[in-house]
Amino acid sequence: MMSFILRRLLYSVVTLLILSMTIFLIVRLTGDPVALMAEASARPEDLERIRHQWGLDRSWPAQYVTFMENVVKGELGRSFNYRMPVSELYFQRLPNSLTLGIAATLISLLIGVPAGIISAVKVNTWWDNVAKGVALLGLSIPGFWLGLVLILVFSVWLRWLPTSGAGDWRHVVMPALALGWYFAASMLRLTRSSMLEVLGSEYIKLARLKGLPDIVVIAMHAFKNALIPVFTLAGVNMVVMVNAAVIIEVIFAWPGIGRLLFEGIFQRDFPLVQGVVIMAGFMIVGINLVVDILYALIDPRIRLTS
Amino acid sequence: MAIYPGSTVSGDRPLARPKAAGRLVAVLKAAREAPLLAVVLLGGLVLVAIFADVIAPHDPTLPVKGANVFDPPLWMEGGSSVTPLGTDFLGRDILSRLIHGARVSLIVGLMGTLVAGGLGTALGILAGYLGGWVDQIIMRVTDAWLALPAIVFAIFLAAMIGPSMWNIVVILGSVYWTRYARVIRGEVLTLRERDFVKLAEIAGASRFRVIKRHILPNVMNTATVLASLTVGVVIIAEASLSFLGVGVPPPQPAWGLMLSEARPTLMAGQWWLTVFPGLCILLIVLATQLFGDWLRVRLDPQTRNL
Repeated sequence: MMSFILRRLLYSVVTLLILSMTIFLIVRLTGDPVALMAEASARPEDLERIRHQWGLDRSWPAQYVTFMENVVKGELGRSFNYRMPVSELYFQRLPNSLTLGIAATLISLLIGVPAGIISAVKVNTWWDNVAKGVALLGLSIPGFWLGLVLILVFSVWLRWLPTSGAGDWRHVVMPALALGWYFAASMLRLTRSSMLEVLGSEYIKLARLKGLPDIVVIAMHAFKNALIPVFTLAGVNMVVMVNAAVIIEVIFAWPGIGRLLFEGIFQRDFPLVQGVVIMAGFMIVGINLVVDILYALIDPRIRLTS
Repeated sequence: MAIYPGSTVSGDRPLARPKAAGRLVAVLKAAREAPLLAVVLLGGLVLVAIFADVIAPHDPTLPVKGANVFDPPLWMEGGSSVTPLGTDFLGRDILSRLIHGARVSLIVGLMGTLVAGGLGTALGILAGYLGGWVDQIIMRVTDAWLALPAIVFAIFLAAMIGPSMWNIVVILGSVYWTRYARVIRGEVLTLRERDFVKLAEIAGASRFRVIKRHILPNVMNTATVLASLTVGVVIIAEASLSFLGVGVPPPQPAWGLMLSEARPTLMAGQWWLTVFPGLCILLIVLATQLFGDWLRVRLDPQTRNL
């Protein structure tokens, strides 16, 4: 078990190293930040001075080493534009993204799990077809368009909900629904297939043979086991949603890390972009590592074969 | 030559029919079972995209002469049959822009999928068949790529490389290849141990020949199924990038761009500017999803119950 954890840990570190190098190179290959930041009339020696100030006149390997040293220390550099540490900016915005991510996860679970269970229990019936249709729509409706339509209906026509910003729960509803919608569909599909698999297993047949009523078989015996993969996915999805909500945060002017990244990209704020993207990588590699280890703890077959 | 399915045993015709005809029968049989809705939708959209220049009543990039800005659709007060779905903020015809937008979406969707599929399949085969350090390098890079949410990575690349339709094709291709690489590698690992591959190797076939003759044909089904499921994802990703202003640049008629241009007027209740482009995206993705589901059941019997 120990060697399994160590191996996974090593893979995660390698993954993050490759990721950081990729990000670092792409940022530097695609343009000169100083020239874009400065006014057109700036003198060359001024540009040179700024480059020196930001450490951009040193060789790439030297810049990378400094960059990684800082990352390990929890420093992500200073934002060109905000003139403050990226980590400070990041952690200011992170709680908002977490709120949105958690709300969207709850919505995806509330829609996906019950619909998935009904769909599996009543497999190949009218119920099942409705659930399949919902899942299909979930994967086909672009989340950001759903957001726009929600604004149109609930803000413009009905005037029930505010269009943008963060405040109380009314600000969260629409972005969370727009963000969670796609994931609700994947929850539904996974719950359905997981329930179907469990319902077809020997111990469920035994429970039925014992004469247990349907509701007990489904709620007490099948549900518990079928939901392990579903909740795992919900956890992973939550981390993804916290980091991937860029377009939803832009539409609803939600002050999270997605919008921070978006602003950084348009202002060519390299340290900011670099920092936010690296943090996304850390979070996702982290959650995957946790899931791998938890699964290996539960199921010895995983740690023996991989 | 007329095709009579099932008439191969009749005495008056040679038993071994030309190969091409046999294949045609298979294609026709498959077409009969294809999901009607998906085929009609996809076929229709493809035709619209191909003949956009003929069908579209106006130039999609120029204001319609005599029309105002923000004309409503035909059936609303103030609508006109010259611009049946209304006009946008420059007085351009929405219908013509939607028709030409189908071309952008389909080209990016198909070409992006082709790039992703080609790259991912090639790398997956190399990793799986060659093994060793090649496998290690390819899979660690795959892990690193997967550590970022695809859409964040795509926004990041698009912002760095700059907007153009073909840039978007390359960017989306280089973001979405990872899934192919993982799945195909897994398949190749089992294929590599099969007798026909071993025998070909013993018979002295070169690695290239084994890959071309024995590995590639056996992973094509999986790659096709993955591709059918990627098209919709790529189309939504393109719309998202265009919406954020890092995708297809104006004045091209991309659906995502139309949604972005409609945003300032959403609050004024000019709903048609937001609803129609979104419906188009929904329809095209829905069609590819339906088609993909059907293809998966046909080509991969194991997932039939999922």
